[in-house]
Amino acid sequence: MIRAVIVMNTQGKPRLTKFYDYMPPEKQQELIRRVFGVLCSRAENVSNFVEADSVFGPDTRLVYKHYATLYFVFIFDSSENELAMLDLIQVLVETLDKCFKNVCELDIVFNYSKLHTILDEIIFGGQVLETSSAEVMKAVEEISRLETASNTITLVPKSISGWRS
Amino acid sequence: MKEFIIRLVYVEMLGHDASFGYIHAVKMTHDDSLLLKRTGYLAVTLFLNEDHDLIILIVNTIQKDLKSDNYLVVCAALNAVCKLINEETIPAVLPQVVELLGHSKEAVRKKAIMALHRFYQRSPSSVMHLVSNFRKLCDNDPGVMGATLCPLFDLIAVDANSYKDLVISFVSILKQVAERRLPKTYDYHQMPAPFIQIRLLKILALLGSGDRQASENMYTVVGDIFRKCDSTSNIGNAVLYECICCVSSIYPNPKLLEAAADVISRFLKSDSHNLKYMGIDALSRLIKISPEIAEQHQLAVIDCLEDPDDTLKRKTFELLYRMTKSSNVEVIVDRMIDYMISINDNHYKTEIASRCVELAEQFAPSNHWFIQTMNKVFEHAGDLVNSKVAHNLMRLIAEGFGEDDDTADCQLRSSAVESYLRIIGEPKLPSAFLQVICWVLGEYGTAGGKYSASYITGKLCDVAEAHSSNDTVKAYAVTALMKVYAFEIAAGRKVDMLPECQSLIEELSASHSTDLQQRAYELQAVVTLDAHAVEIIMPSDASCEDIEVDKNLSFLDSYVERSLEQGAQPYIPENERSGMINICNFRSQDQHDTSTHTLRFEAYELPKTSAPPRISPVSLAPSTELVPVPEPSYPVETHHVASVPSVSDTGSTELRLRLDGVQKKWGRPTYSSPASSSSDSTSLKAVNGVTQSDVSSTSTSRTRDSSYDSRSAQGEISSEKKKLAASLFGGPSKTEKRPSSTSHKVARSTSPAVEKSQGPKAVASSTTGVVSEKAAPLQPPPDLLDLGEPTVTSSAPSVDPFKQLEGLLDPTQATSAANYGAVDNTKAADIMSVYSEFPTSGQSSVIANPLPTNAGDANLIPGLSTTNKTGHAKGPNPRDALEKDALVRQMGVTPMSQNPNLFRDLLG
Repeated sequence: MIRAVIVMNTQGKPRLTKFYDYMPPEKQQELIRRVFGVLCSRAENVSNFVEADSVFGPDTRLVYKHYATLYFVFIFDSSENELAMLDLIQVLVETLDKCFKNVCELDIVFNYSKLHTILDEIIFGGQVLETSSAEVMKAVEEISRLETASNTITLVPKSISGWRS
Repeated sequence: MKEFIIRLVYVEMLGHDASFGYIHAVKMTHDDSLLLKRTGYLAVTLFLNEDHDLIILIVNTIQKDLKSDNYLVVCAALNAVCKLINEETIPAVLPQVVELLGHSKEAVRKKAIMALHRFYQRSPSSVMHLVSNFRKLCDNDPGVMGATLCPLFDLIAVDANSYKDLVISFVSILKQVAERRLPKTYDYHQMPAPFIQIRLLKILALLGSGDRQASENMYTVVGDIFRKCDSTSNIGNAVLYECICCVSSIYPNPKLLEAAADVISRFLKSDSHNLKYMGIDALSRLIKISPEIAEQHQLAVIDCLEDPDDTLKRKTFELLYRMTKSSNVEVIVDRMIDYMISINDNHYKTEIASRCVELAEQFAPSNHWFIQTMNKVFEHAGDLVNSKVAHNLMRLIAEGFGEDDDTADCQLRSSAVESYLRIIGEPKLPSAFLQVICWVLGEYGTAGGKYSASYITGKLCDVAEAHSSNDTVKAYAVTALMKVYAFEIAAGRKVDMLPECQSLIEELSASHSTDLQQRAYELQAVVTLDAHAVEIIMPSDASCEDIEVDKNLSFLDSYVERSLEQGAQPYIPENERSGMINICNFRSQDQHDTSTHTLRFEAYELPKTSAPPRISPVSLAPSTELVPVPEPSYPVETHHVASVPSVSDTGSTELRLRLDGVQKKWGRPTYSSPASSSSDSTSLKAVNGVTQSDVSSTSTSRTRDSSYDSRSAQGEISSEKKKLAASLFGGPSKTEKRPSSTSHKVARSTSPAVEKSQGPKAVASSTTGVVSEKAAPLQPPPDLLDLGEPTVTSSAPSVDPFKQLEGLLDPTQATSAANYGAVDNTKAADIMSVYSEFPTSGQSSVIANPLPTNAGDANLIPGLSTTNKTGHAKGPNPRDALEKDALVRQMGVTPMSQNPNLFRDLLG
C-alpha cells in the first residue's frame, strides 16, 4: 500500500502531505526533513527510486519526481510496483495540470483543499483508486459543482469561489 | 470558516501546533452544507488519528452520513472511515459500509470495498465473514472489480491455498484485460488497465508459487503479455517487470524464463537508470531459478556497480549478495567492504557490514582470509555490527574451525595475533574490535613464543591508556594482562611487571568502577602466587572447556533434610512470604515515616515491619536482627548468644558513626593480604571457567556496562556465579564453626552467614537483583547507612529470620570439598589448604566487593581473641551488610530495569 504522499518544493517546504498511516505532526516534520535530505543529495539523471528503509522503516521504497520547483514523493511498500508508482505521480501531475492549466507551485498553495480532493480521487486509503486523469477530472468537477450548488447562499462572487473551492 | 480550517491544516503541515482547532474541524463535519462538511472531513482525517479522543464525537456523524442519499457525502464519510475508525469502532459502521457495496454509483462501491480492505488491515477478524463478498469478484464495473483485487491480494498473501480455485477466473480476467476487452476509458498510455494487470500478476505470482498445476494455467496468458507489452512506455515496462516477478515466483517454465531473460537484458542495456534498477532487481529474483542468466549480464552488472547512482549501487550489492558462492565470495566481500568504507549512512553501513559478516562466515575460503575480512569490517564499522559477531570471532579463534588439526589452529591464532599487533596502534578503533584484540592477545599473545610477554603487555597497557574513558575496553585489557602474566608464571618464567603496567594497575585499583578495581586487585594477587596455584586458576588455553556448575545445589539436599528433621522450617519462597509482612507493615508504618521520605517504592516498606513491637525502634534497632537469628537454629547455645546483642547493642551506634568516617578505606587491607586474595582468585577461577564456557570470554560476564548484548546469557552466568558463591560461602562458616566452642564464635559464624545468605537469595529472586547487587557497592556507604538505618536494620526479623538462616545454612553445610567438586575436583586439595586459612574473605568477595572487608575484619579480629572486640567488629559488619542487602532486595523486588538511574535518585 501507499504509505504517504508528499509534495514539497526544492527548498524543503512541504506543500502537501498526506500520510495514510497516522503520524504525529512532529514525526511528520522529521520525516519530511529526512526525505528532503535524501532527495537533495541525489544527482540529476539518476533513477527515481530510493530505498527508504532508514527513514520509514523496513520494506519501504520511495519514488520521486522532480517538476520545476516541486518534488512529488510517494512512499510505499513492496506490494506496489515502482514503475507503476512513477506513473501514478505522472497521473497526479497531469490531472493537476488539466485542473489548473499549467500548474505551478502557487496553484498548489492557494488551492490546498482542491489538491486534497484530487488526491483522494486517485488514492483512497493507501490504495490506487483511479488512474485515468480524465476520470479524476470528471469526478472533481462534479464535486465542485455540487458543492457550489448546495452552497447557493454565498456572499463570495462566483468567480472567486471558483478557485477557492 | 472553511478557509480558516484549511489554513489550520496548512499550518499544521508546516509543523506548527494546531491542536486548538481540532474541535472546530469536528464541529464542521456536523454541518449541513456539503462544502463545509467535506472540508470538515478532510481536516479531521488529516488532524486526528484513530485513537484520538475526539473520534467518539465523529462516529455518530459518520454513521448518519454513510446513509445519506448524496453520494458525495457518502464518499467523504467513507474517506473518514478509512482513516479514523479503529478496531473498536468498526462494528459501529460496518453494516452501513457493507450496505454500500450495493450502491448504484460505482465510485461508492469502489470506496466501500477499499474501506472494508482497510478494516481488514486494522483487524482481520472483524470482516472475516465478508470474505465471500470479496471472492465474488464479478461486478459489472471493471473498476470495482479492480478494487476488489486489493483486499484479495492481502488475503492471498496470508493464505494462498484457500484461493487456488480462483486461479482460473484470475487468469481469464487477465486475459480479457490484456486482449483489450475493457472499455477504452481504462486504457492508460495505450496500455489496457495496467494497474489491474499488475495487481493480477502479483496475485498470480502468489498463487502459483510452488504449485505446478496452478502455474500451468498461467503460462499462456503471461506469455501473451510478454509479447504484447509495449516496452517503450514506462507503464509497459512496469507490467513487464511484474511479469518477470511472476515468472520467477511460479513453477518455472523454460519458455517464459527465456522471455524474462530477454526483457531483463533489455532493461539492463537501457539508458534509463530506472530500468536498470528494475533490471537488477528482476535479475536478483530470477537468479534463484536459473543462476546462469547472470553470466551474460556480468558486464552490465559491473557497470551498475560503478554507477554514481546510489540506489542502483545498493540494488546491485543486493544482487551480488544473493549470488555469492564460495568461488566469488572474496571478490564480492572485498567490493562490499570498499563500498562500506565509502558511505556515511550508518543505517546502510550496518546492513552491509552484517551482510559481509554473514557471507564471510558462510563461505570463507580460508581462516586467514576470514580473520582479515573481519578485521576490516570491525575496523570500519565496528560499533555498528552486532556484538555477537565479535564473540563469534573470539570463539572461532579459540576453537579453530572444528578440525582436530592443532597446527592449523595455532597458525590461525598466530596470524590473528600478528595482525592485531599490527592494527592495535591505530587510533580510533571501535571498542568492540578492541575487545576482540585484547582478548586474543591475552589468550594467545604469548602462546607462539614469538612475542615476549613484556611486548604484549606493553601493547595492552597502551590500549588501556589510550581508551581511558572506555571501561569495557580497560576491563578487557586488564584481564588480558592478567592472563599473560598468569601464563608466564605457569610456564615458570619470572614476571617483572612493566612500570607502565604497574602504574596502570595502581590507577585502576582506585578506579570508580568496582569492576575495574576488582580486576586490578585480582591481577595483583595472581602475580604474587606461585606457578602451581596460577596454573589452576588460569589454565592455559582453556577458554573452550566447559565447566559444570550444579545449579540446583543438589549437594545440599542431604543437609536440608537433616535440618528439617531437626525441626527446621521448610524454606518458603519470598513471594509467598510477603503477604504477612505487609500486614505487620501496616501497623508500624507511621512510626517510621520519617525514614522513608527520600524514596517511595512499595518495596521500601518491607523492612519497616516488626521492630517496634519488641523494642523501641530508635536505639535498639541494630541489635534486633541478631537476636532472633541465632536462636532457632542453635537452641543449645541460645543463652550464650543472648549475651551478644547487648554487647553489639551498646557498641552499635558508636560503631556506626565510626564507620561513616572510615568508610573510604574499606576494602584495601583485606585485599592486599596475599592469602585472602589467593582464595579470592580461586573463586574467581571458578567464575572464569563458567564465563569462558559460555561466552568464550572471561570478562564479559562481569562487565556491567559491556556492549555484550545477549543479556540473558549474562543473567544466567551471574546467577550461576551467585550459586557458586553461595556454595562457597558455606565453606568458611563451617570450618569456623567446627572448632568453635564459645558462644561468641558461634554467634560470629552465624552472623556473617546471615548477611551472606541474604545476598544470594536476593539475587536469585530476580534478575535485576543481580545487577543491583553489583551496583550496590558503588554507592557511597554513608548514603546506604542513612537510608537504611531505621528501615533496613529491622528487616531481618520481619522476613522470617529463620528462613534466612536456613537459606544460608544450606551453603554452610556444604563442605568446601563439595564446593570445589563443582569447580575442580582434582586440584582442590591444594587450594583448600590456602582456603581454610582465610575462608571468609575470599568467598565473600565474589558476591560483593564490600563484603570481604567486613568478613575479613570479623575473621581477623578473633585472631586477637578479645571477645569484646569481636562484638564490636561484628556488630556493625553484619548490620552493614544487611542494610545493603535489604537495599539490594528492594531493588530486586522493585521492577526497575535501570539501576543506574535508581542510584542517581538515591544519591539525590
